[in-house]
Amino acid sequence: MSIATYILVSLIKIVLVVFVLLTGVAYTVLLERKVVGHMQNRWGPSRVGPFGIWQPLADGLKFIFKEDLTPPYVYKPLYLLAPIISVTVALSSIAVIPFGPWINAGGVHTPLQIADVNIGLLVVLGLTSIGVYGVVLAGWSSNSKYSMLGGLRASAQMVSYEIALGLSLVGVLILSGSFSLREVVDAQSGTWFGFIPKWNFFKGQFVAFFIYIMAAYAETNRIPFDLAEAETELVAGYHTEYSSMKFAMFFMAEYANMITVACLASVLFFGGWSGPVFGPPILRDILPVLWFVLRVFIFLFIYIWVRGTLPRFRYDQLMAFGWKFLLPLAVANTIVTALVVALR
Amino acid sequence: MHLVLFLIFGALCVGAAINLLAQKHPINSALSLIVVMGSLALLYLLLGAEFVAAIQIIVYAGAIMVLFVFVIMLLNAGEEEVLPHSSRVAVSLGVPGLILGLAIGIWVISRYAGLDRISIGGPMLLNGTESFGNPTSLAKLLFRDFLLPFEVTSVLILIAILGAVVLARREE
Repeated sequence: MSIATYILVSLIKIVLVVFVLLTGVAYTVLLERKVVGHMQNRWGPSRVGPFGIWQPLADGLKFIFKEDLTPPYVYKPLYLLAPIISVTVALSSIAVIPFGPWINAGGVHTPLQIADVNIGLLVVLGLTSIGVYGVVLAGWSSNSKYSMLGGLRASAQMVSYEIALGLSLVGVLILSGSFSLREVVDAQSGTWFGFIPKWNFFKGQFVAFFIYIMAAYAETNRIPFDLAEAETELVAGYHTEYSSMKFAMFFMAEYANMITVACLASVLFFGGWSGPVFGPPILRDILPVLWFVLRVFIFLFIYIWVRGTLPRFRYDQLMAFGWKFLLPLAVANTIVTALVVALR
Repeated sequence: MHLVLFLIFGALCVGAAINLLAQKHPINSALSLIVVMGSLALLYLLLGAEFVAAIQIIVYAGAIMVLFVFVIMLLNAGEEEVLPHSSRVAVSLGVPGLILGLAIGIWVISRYAGLDRISIGGPMLLNGTESFGNPTSLAKLLFRDFLLPFEVTSVLILIAILGAVVLARREE
């Protein structure tokens, strides 16, 4: 493949993925409002279009046309930088996520992934760890007590849960022997007895999966770990002083992070895009992507389900849970997996 | 391409390091340090050490610097006070002294080592084919060739952590 074709194909993929991601972000918000609404015995948004499907558009327009207030005593450079860090990091980590096999389109053989790097998983973890600064700096630079407390909570919480998150993935890495997300998926192909898929979840990584999911909820600041926002205690936590598009950027970052976590969960534990493939060639190219999207949708639904079910943790409970329960469990999982692989 | 990227990120690294010293507010200094760590990671990447680069970002920029920022926020450290008399003696002796030291250093290196030894060319290779920074070769080095030093270092760090905890504990 010549360099010009490569750049063109990459650009097409980037535009497509970012478009799908942003639409996904907007409609995850709608999905959340609808599902939580039904769980609480009400309808959720229903006025804009049939079943309220144009609600995200209306919300977006509202955010754009709202007055952009900057409170007088903020530390301006960081106040402006914080939402940019949040949204940039959240949107760029999707670049290494594979969402389908290699395809042939118009004589070009290309993987369904923006960048297949050999340290894909570490790139995602690195970007997540940089994403903390968006929240922390927003809290600090707002120069307000509530924001400050939110930022402090966020920094301690994210550093604590990052360790459990990283350790929970070591078992998967031992089984697949690679940091490349595409190779992790390839290592999960095939079935036992013709019907049990060889996903990492069934290869004994179910404990790791639950550690990963819980730590990831904490990393994305979602209920029951949304101590950094905690409306009932801190108004809105770290983004109390933000309005209009700057607030929307934090919002977009949160939902984009949710989607990345869901993608990573399906890639690492549930075989990525594996599933029955049949029909004409064009369908054979599209079906794996559909299976992948289905998994992501299920994980997003679980996210919302948890939000509609659980109350918020107290801060000391959060810290104790992370350090005294998740971390030892993740270490034990790593040791057991390593022993099993070594003795096999 | 490599040289251009090296110059860009090398300059960014040095610039951020100078900014780190020049800034008066501790949080700006901490952020400059993060930029330094980030550009160092990119330099590692240029050398073909992608694993080391990722760990540099995750551990230094992502974990250690978050703790720095956390402490600065928690203590609510304000702007540093500028000393009323900036030492004129230090400036008048320090700057020429620094230039003289640099000149002597460069002269010694070019005289005895040869400037051609100092190269910023392509990735360092272990045996011609394998790059030294990928996870596989790094794991071989750490867990096969240098297993004992590696484990001893980890015990040393554990002792240091315990020592810090003991020292920081309040007297009862």
